Amino acid sequence: MSETAFITIKNLSIGYNSRSGDVIPILRDVSLDIRRGESVGLVGESGSGKSTLALAGLGYFKRGLRVLDGSVHFNETDMLALGRDDLQRIRGGQIALIPQNSGQSLTPTLRVGKQLIEALRLHSDLNSKNFNSRVVELLEQVRLPDPMAMIRRYPHELSGGQQQRVAIAMALAGEPEALLLDEPTTGLDVTTQAHILELLRDLARDRNMAMLYVSHDLGAIARVCDRVVVLYAGEIVLHGSAVQVLGKPRHPYARGLLSSIPRLNQTSMPMSLDGRPPMPGETINGCAFSDRCVLSDEKCTTSSPPLLALESGEEVRCYHSNLIDRIPINSKKVASFRKSGEVQIAAGLQRLAISYSKPSFLTTLFKKSSQPPNTVDNINIDIKKGETLGLVGESGSGKSTILKAIAGLISPKAGKIILDGTIELSARVEDRDAMNLRKIQLIFQNPDDSLNPRHTVGQILAQPLRLYFGLKGNILRQRSADLLDRVRLGAHYLDRLPSQLSGGEKQRVAIARAFAADPEIVLCDEVTSALDVSVQAAVLNLLDELKTEQKTTYIFVSHDLAVVKAISDRVAVLYQGRLCEVGPVNSVYQAPFHPYTDALLGAVLEPDPYITPVLSADDIVELSPPAKGCPFQRRCPRKLGTICETETPPGRQIGLGHIINCHIPNNEL
Amino acid sequence: MFLMLIRRIFLGMATIGLVSVIIFSGVELLPGDACTQFLAEDQADREMLAQCREDLDLNRPALDRFSEWSGNAILGDFGVAADGITKISTIVGDRLKNSLLLAFCSLVVGVPIALFLGVISGLWRDRLPDLFASTLAIFAMTVPEFVSATLLILVFSIWLEWLPGIVLTSAGAPASEFFPEILLPVVVLSLVMCAHILRMVRSSVIEVLASDYVQMATLKGVPYWQMVFRHALPNALLPAINVVALTIAWLLGGVVVIEVVFNYPGLGRLMIDSISDRNLPVVQSIALIVASVYVCVNLAADLLTMVANPKLRTIYSRS
Repeated sequence: MSETAFITIKNLSIGYNSRSGDVIPILRDVSLDIRRGESVGLVGESGSGKSTLALAGLGYFKRGLRVLDGSVHFNETDMLALGRDDLQRIRGGQIALIPQNSGQSLTPTLRVGKQLIEALRLHSDLNSKNFNSRVVELLEQVRLPDPMAMIRRYPHELSGGQQQRVAIAMALAGEPEALLLDEPTTGLDVTTQAHILELLRDLARDRNMAMLYVSHDLGAIARVCDRVVVLYAGEIVLHGSAVQVLGKPRHPYARGLLSSIPRLNQTSMPMSLDGRPPMPGETINGCAFSDRCVLSDEKCTTSSPPLLALESGEEVRCYHSNLIDRIPINSKKVASFRKSGEVQIAAGLQRLAISYSKPSFLTTLFKKSSQPPNTVDNINIDIKKGETLGLVGESGSGKSTILKAIAGLISPKAGKIILDGTIELSARVEDRDAMNLRKIQLIFQNPDDSLNPRHTVGQILAQPLRLYFGLKGNILRQRSADLLDRVRLGAHYLDRLPSQLSGGEKQRVAIARAFAADPEIVLCDEVTSALDVSVQAAVLNLLDELKTEQKTTYIFVSHDLAVVKAISDRVAVLYQGRLCEVGPVNSVYQAPFHPYTDALLGAVLEPDPYITPVLSADDIVELSPPAKGCPFQRRCPRKLGTICETETPPGRQIGLGHIINCHIPNNEL
Repeated sequence: MFLMLIRRIFLGMATIGLVSVIIFSGVELLPGDACTQFLAEDQADREMLAQCREDLDLNRPALDRFSEWSGNAILGDFGVAADGITKISTIVGDRLKNSLLLAFCSLVVGVPIALFLGVISGLWRDRLPDLFASTLAIFAMTVPEFVSATLLILVFSIWLEWLPGIVLTSAGAPASEFFPEILLPVVVLSLVMCAHILRMVRSSVIEVLASDYVQMATLKGVPYWQMVFRHALPNALLPAINVVALTIAWLLGGVVVIEVVFNYPGLGRLMIDSISDRNLPVVQSIALIVASVYVCVNLAADLLTMVANPKLRTIYSRS
C-alpha cells in the first residue's frame, strides 16, 4: 500500500460553456489515485461523468469540454501540460484505452491485422519483420481462435465478443502500464462478458497493470476491481474497497443503487430508487442526492457535505452515514404471481417456425435453392392468463423474433398462434381485425426509437385511444391523463415532447401507450435493457403493479437472467431459436439444469466480490443453428456424442410443468 | 461476388430495355408521326404522305418496328432522322463525343478540387479555410449557371480578352480543335459541380471525425495526419463515389443551359433542337443514350463502392 500512486487525479473539474455562456461543470473536484497492479472501479449512472473522467486520464477531452481546475498526473508526468507529440507517445504506449463499443471503435476499412500492426509500429521497438508474429501472439493472448485467419478479417466480420478481444489485443500491443476501460463489456452476452472479464483479470495480474474500470454494472466491477469509487452528479460520493462498497455501502445512493439490482438468489422485486439525478447545470442546494434520499434533513438541503474519511477506511460524502442501516436493502415485495386456480390460456404457440431467408426470384434463377435451417423452429408454449412468461437467451436466440411473430410483424413460416384458446391469429398484422390487434400490445427496448419525437405525449397516447375506442375531446384528454397517473407521471406531461423526458420517463410513456389499448397480452422486448439500474427497478415494479391491477399477461423478453427471475412466473430458455427448457421460475433457476441454462446462470455476474462465475461453455458465437440434432451441440460441455448431432432432443418432464430438451437422462442432469 | 456482378449487369440491361419501351411507346402515342411533321400537314397531299411513310417504313406494326429499332440500337445504328436522309448515329455520335470531352475536362478539373476543398473545410471546421470554401460553395450553388457563365464571358473574353466567349468550332471537328474555346464552359461546370461535392465531402468528413474509431485512433497514439489519411478519409470519401457518378450523368445529359450560353455543340443542345424541330427519331435515340449512361455510371459507382467498402463486399458476397 505504501507504493506511490501511478495515476493521480487531483481536484479535477471538467465542464463546458453553455450557449448562454455559463460554465457548466460535469465533474466537480474529483481526486483519485491508482497504484501499479491495482484496479479501481468507477461506478455511476449515465450522465454521472464517469467516461469523461476516464478519458481525462489520457489527457483527452471530447469536443467542447475543458478543464476548469485540477490536474492529471501519470507516472509523475502532467498529462494536461503535454504537447501533441508527447501525448501520442504516452497514449497507447504507456496508457491504453479499451473502449465501450469496439464494433464502432475499430476502423471499418482497415483489416484487423493492419490496425494491430499500426499500434505496434507506433509503440514497440520490434523490427517490422516481427510484427506479424507478434500480432498473432497478441491475438492468442486474448484467446481468439485461429489468429492467422483473424488478421485478414475486417472488423465487421467479427462478433461483438471477438471485436472486444481485438480491442484488448490492440491495447496490449504497446505493452501499457495502465489500462483505462470504458464499459468494456456493456452490450455483450452474459457468457461473453464473463469470459472477457476473466481475461482482463488475468492480464492485469500477470502484467501488474494499473486499471481504471468504468462501468454502470456493479456485477462486472465486483469481479474485477479492488477498490470502487461511486460518482453521483459529477462528484465522488463514496470510495472504499470493493468489499466495503458492495457489501455494506455507507452512502444512501450507493445503497439504493445496490438494492435496485435484481439478484439470482432473491425472490423479491428489486427496490426502486425514486427521482432522477440532477442534470448538468441544474442548481444544487446542499447535497446533490438530498431530494432522493430518505435520510435527508434540513442540513442536507442547505449545505453540501464534504468527502469525509471514516474509521473503517472509506471516504463518504454524507452527513448521515452512521444512520445508513435505516435504509432497507431488501424489498419484501414479491412479484405478483398468478392465482394457481387460473388455467385459461391467453395465447398458445403451436409448432411455430420462423425463417428470415426468403429466396428472391433471381437467386432461385441463378442458384440451386438450398434451404438454411429456420431461425426459430418448433416452439410450443401455452401462456396462461395473468401469468408472466420470461423468454431468456443470448443474442441470436430468437427471443425477439418470437415476439415479433406474435405481434404480426413477421410472418411465421409454419405453425399457429392461438389467442384466447380459440382464435387463430392471421400471420400478417394487416389481416388481423382491430379487436385482436387491441388485445396484443408491444413495448420496445429503446423508447428513443419507439416514440415519435415530433408527437407530444398526449398525441402518442391519443392514437390507440382514438383507434380502438373512438374517444374524442375532453374524454380523450381525461383518459390520457388517467393513463399517465397510472404510470406515475402526472397530467402535466401531456404536452411534453419525448426529447424533454428522461429515459425512464420515456419508457413509462411507452408502457402507458401499450396499456391505453386495454390489452390482454403485453409483449415486453428488453424493456429495461436501455435503462440505468435504478430506473430499471422502478419500471419492473410499475409493470408488476399494472399487471395486478389489469390482470394482464406478459411475455417478457430479456437477456438478463436476474431481471427475468424477479418478474416472471414461468421461464423459457431459448438457444438458436429452439427451446431448451421451460418451467416455473423456481424450477428453472435450480438444478437440474439444461446444460445451456447451467452455462448461462454460471456466467451471470452478481454485485458481490465473493461470487465467482462458473464458465462451463465457450463463448463462441454461432451464426446459424445446426441443421439437425440439438441446437446447443457445438458448445455443449456435456455433449454425449453423435446422438446430439443427429436427433432432436426429447422433451423430458422433470417436474410439474418443467420440461428440459436434452439427451442426458433426468437423473444425470 | 461474381453472381452479384452478373445480377447487377442483368438488372441494368433490364432497366435500359424498359426505358427503351417507354420511350418508343411515348413517341408512338404522340399524335401524328415523323412524316406528318416532316411534311407540313396542310400542304402535304395524301400521296406524298403515303410515299414518305413507305420510305420510312412506318406502315408496319409498332411491335415489329420496335424490335428492329432496338435491335439496331444495340449495334449502334439508330436509323435515320426525320428528314429521312441523315443517319442519326453520325449526328448523335459527334455530339456525344463533344459532350464526353466537356464532361471529361470538367471532371478532371472539378473533382480533385472539390475533394481537396471538402476535406480541408471538414478538417478545419468552422475556421477560416472552411468559412472561405463553404461560402464560395454556397455562392456557386445559388448563382444560376447562366449568370456565372455570362459574368465569366464578360470578364475573361470581353474585358480581359484572354479566352474566346463562345464556341465556333463545328460539331464534327476533332477534339483538339475545341481548345481553348472549351475552357470557359469547363470552368463554369466545375464551379457548380465543385460546390455540390464539396458540401457533401465536408459533412462526411465531419461525421467521420466525430466517430468512435477516429477517437480510438487518436487515443491509440496515432499521429494526427496518419489518423486523417488512414482512418478518417478512406471512410469519409466513400459516399463521394456515388455523388461523382451522378455528376457524370448530369454532365452528359443535363447541361443544356451551359451548352446554349456557350454555343457548345453537345448532346443536350441537340436534344432541345430536335424537340423544337419535332425530330422524334433523334429525341428517341438521345433519350436512350442518356438513360444508358445513367445506368452504366451508377453500376460502375456501385461496383467501385463495393471494392472500397469491405462491409458492402461481405453483404453482397453473402446474398
